[in-house]
This record gives sequence, C-alpha cells and structure tokens, in this order.
Amino acid sequence: MELKEQTAVQSDLLKSFEEKIGRDDAIEPKDKMPDAYRKHLIRQISQHAHSEVIGMQPEGNWITRAPSLRAKQILLAKIQDEGGHGLYLYSAAETLGISRSEMIEQLHSGKAKYSNIFNYPALNWADIGAIGWLVDGAAIVNQVSLQRTSYGPYSRAMVRICKEESFHQRQGYEIMAKMMAGTADQREMAQDAMNRWWWPALMMFGPHDSESPRSGDAFKWKIKRQSNDELRAKFIDKTVQQAEVIGLTIPDKDLKWNEARGHYDHGPIDWNEFYNVINGNGPCNKQRMDHHKRVHAEGAWVREAAEAYRAKKEKQLFQSKN
Amino acid sequence: MNQQEAMFKYCLRLGDNALIRSYRLSEWCSNAPILEEDLALTNFALDMIGRAQALLGYAGQIEGKGRTDDDLAYRRGERSFYNVLLTELPNQDFAYTMARELYLSAFEYFYYSGLAGSKDATLAAIAAKTLKEIKYHLSHATDWVLRLGDGTAESHAKMQTAVDDLWPYASELFESDAVDAAMISAIGAPDPAALKDSWMKHVSAILKEATLDVPTTMYTHTGGRNGIHSENLGHILAEMQFLPHAYPDAKW
Amino acid sequence: MSADTQLEKWEVFIQSKPGANFVHAGCVHASDKKMALQNARDTYTRRGEGTSIWVVPCDAIVASNPDENDMFFDPANDKTYRMPTFYVMPEGAKAI
Repeated sequence: MELKEQTAVQSDLLKSFEEKIGRDDAIEPKDKMPDAYRKHLIRQISQHAHSEVIGMQPEGNWITRAPSLRAKQILLAKIQDEGGHGLYLYSAAETLGISRSEMIEQLHSGKAKYSNIFNYPALNWADIGAIGWLVDGAAIVNQVSLQRTSYGPYSRAMVRICKEESFHQRQGYEIMAKMMAGTADQREMAQDAMNRWWWPALMMFGPHDSESPRSGDAFKWKIKRQSNDELRAKFIDKTVQQAEVIGLTIPDKDLKWNEARGHYDHGPIDWNEFYNVINGNGPCNKQRMDHHKRVHAEGAWVREAAEAYRAKKEKQLFQSKN
Repeated sequence: MNQQEAMFKYCLRLGDNALIRSYRLSEWCSNAPILEEDLALTNFALDMIGRAQALLGYAGQIEGKGRTDDDLAYRRGERSFYNVLLTELPNQDFAYTMARELYLSAFEYFYYSGLAGSKDATLAAIAAKTLKEIKYHLSHATDWVLRLGDGTAESHAKMQTAVDDLWPYASELFESDAVDAAMISAIGAPDPAALKDSWMKHVSAILKEATLDVPTTMYTHTGGRNGIHSENLGHILAEMQFLPHAYPDAKW
Repeated sequence: MSADTQLEKWEVFIQSKPGANFVHAGCVHASDKKMALQNARDTYTRRGEGTSIWVVPCDAIVASNPDENDMFFDPANDKTYRMPTFYVMPEGAKAI
C-alpha cells in the first residue's frame, strides 16, 4: 500500500473508532482502536492491577496479628478480594495483547508503576482501619467513575470490583469506630493512623487539574470520565462527616466548608512528598518490590512443575490413544 | 478427669488444629506461587478460622465459665494448646505445605466422616459442614502432590523431601488416649487409632501415583495433643496474641 | 533461567442458579483442566455466586469479526416475521 493510502485507512479507522466513542458504545478487544488508546489502557489497567496486588502487602502485615477471630476473617477476606481484583484487571489488560508475565516483568523493571499509597507502612492495628476506610474509600470513588470507562473488559472488571469492594470501606470504618469508642490507647492509635493516611489518601487522586488538564486523550476517549480534583472533592466531602461522627480529627487546619463551591476547601497538598515517593523514595518502595520479586522467583519451580506435569499427562494420553 | 473435662479438652484439640493451621495457611497470603493459588490458600485459611470459631465456641460452652472462642484463642498459654505438632511446623515451601495439607486432610476426611455420625448433635453438625470443606482441601492437596511429584526433577526432589520430613509427624494423628476413650464411649466419636490403615492406604496410593517413595521411617514426634509443643508454637502465639496481651482492656 | 510461565489462560462461565444460562465471568490462569475449575471456583464463586462452572481454554474461543458486523448481523434486522407481533389475529380469539 502507498503511504498516502495507508494514512487514509488510518484516518478512516480513527473516525469510526471516535464515532463509536461518541455514541458511548463500549470498545471490545477485537475492535479496531488507535495504538495510543491501546497503550494508554495497558498502562492504566496494568498499573491498577499491580496496585491491587502490591496493596495486599501492607494489610498482609497484620494478618497474623489480627486481634480477634472475626477481625482476622474479615482482613483475610478483604486481602483475598484485592488479589482477585488484581486478577480481574490482569485479565482485562490481557485482552489488549499483553501477557501477565510481561506485565509482571514491567513491574519488576520499574517500567510499570503501582499506586503510591502502598509505599507507606501499616504500623498499628488502626492502620488496617484507615486503609479500609480512607484508601479503599478513595479508590472506590475512582472506581465507581471507571465503571463507565469506554473499554468493555475494563468496565466489566470495574463493575464486579465495585460490587465486591462495598464491604471494604465499611469494615475499615468499623475498626476506626470501635477503636474511637475504646480505651485511650486505642483512640490514640486511631488518630495516629488518621494523621498518617489522610494526606497520602488525598494524593491518590493524582495532581491538580491545573497540572493534569481535562483535555487529554483519556477524556477524549472516555477512559476517564471525571477529573482528579472532582473525584478528590467527592471523597473529602463524604469523609469529613464520617470522621466527625466517630470523633476523629482531620489533620488539616485549613479544611472548611465552602458554601459557594458546594465542597470543602482543603489545605495545600505536599506534592514534593508525592513525587518523592513516586520516584522510589517512599518508606516502603524497595520492601514492596523486593517482596514481589522474591515471591515471584520462589514460585517459579511450582509453575514450571505444573506445566511439566500437564505436558507429561497429555503425552501419556496421546500414546494410549495411538 | 471427668466427662466434662474430657469433652472440653477434646473440643480444644479439634479447634486448636484448625486455629493453628489457619495461622500457617494465612501466611501464604501474598506469598503464593501464582495469584490464583493465593486466593485458594486464603480460602482454606478462612475455612479453618470458621471451624476454629465453631469448635472453640463449643469448648467454651462445655467449660461453662463464660469463655468465648476469642478468649480461648487469644488468652490461653502455650501449654494449654492441644493441636498436633504437624499444624504448627513452618510452611517452608509450597511442597511442605501441600504435604502437610495432604496428611491432615486425608486424616480429617476419615475422622470427620465418623464424627458426623456422633451422638453429640453440635459436633455432628459441625462435622457435617466441615466435611464438605475437607473434601475440597483433600482434592486440592492431592492434585498438587501429583503435579509436584510427577512434574520436574526439581519439584520431584522438593516434594520427596517434604513428604519424608513431615512423615514422622503424621503418626501423632492416630494416637488414642483417655480423652478419646471417653469420647468414643460417650458420644460415639471415631477412634483415631482405627483410622491408620485407611489413611496409610489412601496416602500411599497418592504418593505412588506421584512417583514418590512412601517413607518407611518409624520414628514419631508427639506431645502436641497434651500441650508439649515444638518451639514454633510459642512464636505463633506471641504474634497472634500480641494485641490482646499488650492492651488487655481493649475490645477490637 | 527459563522464561516465566504464568500458566494457560481459561475463560470462566458461571451458572448462578440451576436452570440459568451460563454467563461469562472472567478469566483465570491454570496449567490443567482441574486446576482451571478449582481456580475459577476460588476466584469467581467466593460469595456463593454459582451452582455450576464451565472453563474453556481461551484459544478455543472463536469470536466474530467486528469488521464483518454489517454482513453478519444487519440482515437479521428486517425479518420481523420472526416476531409474534408481526401477525394480525382475528378479534376475539383467545389464548393465542
């Protein structure tokens, strides 16, 4: 094909793709899509999947120390859900032509990222409450919005994830409420966890809209439906009241209701810290990555054995038939 | 030891096996060889916690001093735990865990089948529910022992080591003492000693199919059922009971 | 070191109650049929969502080509005589 013809075909493709997006039709794996759309999705969905999987670690730090059988059960079920959600998301990304092995390799090489929030340590039991209430609470705001994302498999994964995650935030809030109604030590732990997780939770929504404009491809292609600041405001608005009910103080002296905007105003976010953690200097970046690499390497012989066994059995079956 | 004391210790033994095994299984969470297996092992840990709640809760009722399942799990000392040693051994690697799961699940399959017919309605009901879970655990462990035993040279060697190392701990499952005798006559509980042949036949067949050698060692590690443990249990309890110990007045 | 394997991909279909259609739930990785079923069970029926599971190797799924949607699906759009509402029934006729 001549170059000119190729360009014409390309622009036809783009046109029919954008028409589909315009009609709010979901894009499916076999549909033609621009390379940039595919790349954007692979990056976003794999980052999302890695976040779920790496997110198992800070909570995993408290499984063996959960203070009651009920607490242990809930925590295990929740972490198991995170693993499942990682799995749904890896599967969604795989429909775009990348394998789970490749995604894991990109995670290990640093090419793929995961959510910054999991580079913070879970230090006391109230941190398990704060992670469920604030971190999952922030994640769910984002995920509810992503249920309407334009790529079918991603959207379907988000619908399932949102349904399952509805208990995550409640269990976290329940832990915080119990501790705030408990002994002085417990209240101190709860407030301490609140103080450490509040700002990182706000950072989960990413840079301000002024830094990350709405006009990008992610919006044009309806991968993203609401801006970082819109989602962050949604989260703050619903969380402030919940904190008040159980007597927790939000560690932001500038936080106040803005009648005109219909939202809370909040103090400045420390973006230096944000970029510092993204660039690998958070308290747990190395620990989380080392853990994932170690587990991946330690499991290799098991995965190889499973494949070898299957191959042997297939060969035996073939020989018995012939 | 009167009837009530025997019954209390009996329920603690069953409950502690589930509780300590759940601890070891839960350690696999975010450490499994593939994400799908992470979910599977976590499910088993959850099954075990559920079983521990039922059995320790019942033990508390029998004791009649108002102790709950949590009191018994979190505020009891090492010498009052009666789980078999096999449940408290470290996971080591995936092959060890699967060998342990095979030995325990095969035993429990026979044991809980008997207990489901017990005259004690509560234990019979718990056993009937638990038996469904055990069948699945046994099937899962069996499949993995076959895959690892008959997989690669490396997995075969690791599986054989695990099978050999844990074998001397399996005999404790078949010990039968005064507590068992009391329960056999009072509620028609199964006699563990009588299950050894069935277990041996079942497990040997799986090991052979997995191209593994069936161990012949006769040595037996014992003590857990009477509160004499390996050094591992102290560490498990120190970690598991940390919060209730550090903050005795707190509710969680 | 050999290349990493994350095992084969399988599509999972779940029947939510007896008699219902099997509905696509998602995907799992597994090396053999039995593992695929177990993994599907542990992944997609944790909340009692299923009474039956199908697993199918992903590469056994054949999908229609969206470029051929015109040819494939549009011709069915004007065959309204396949619908019961196409027919004019005499007044007064019952139970038809």
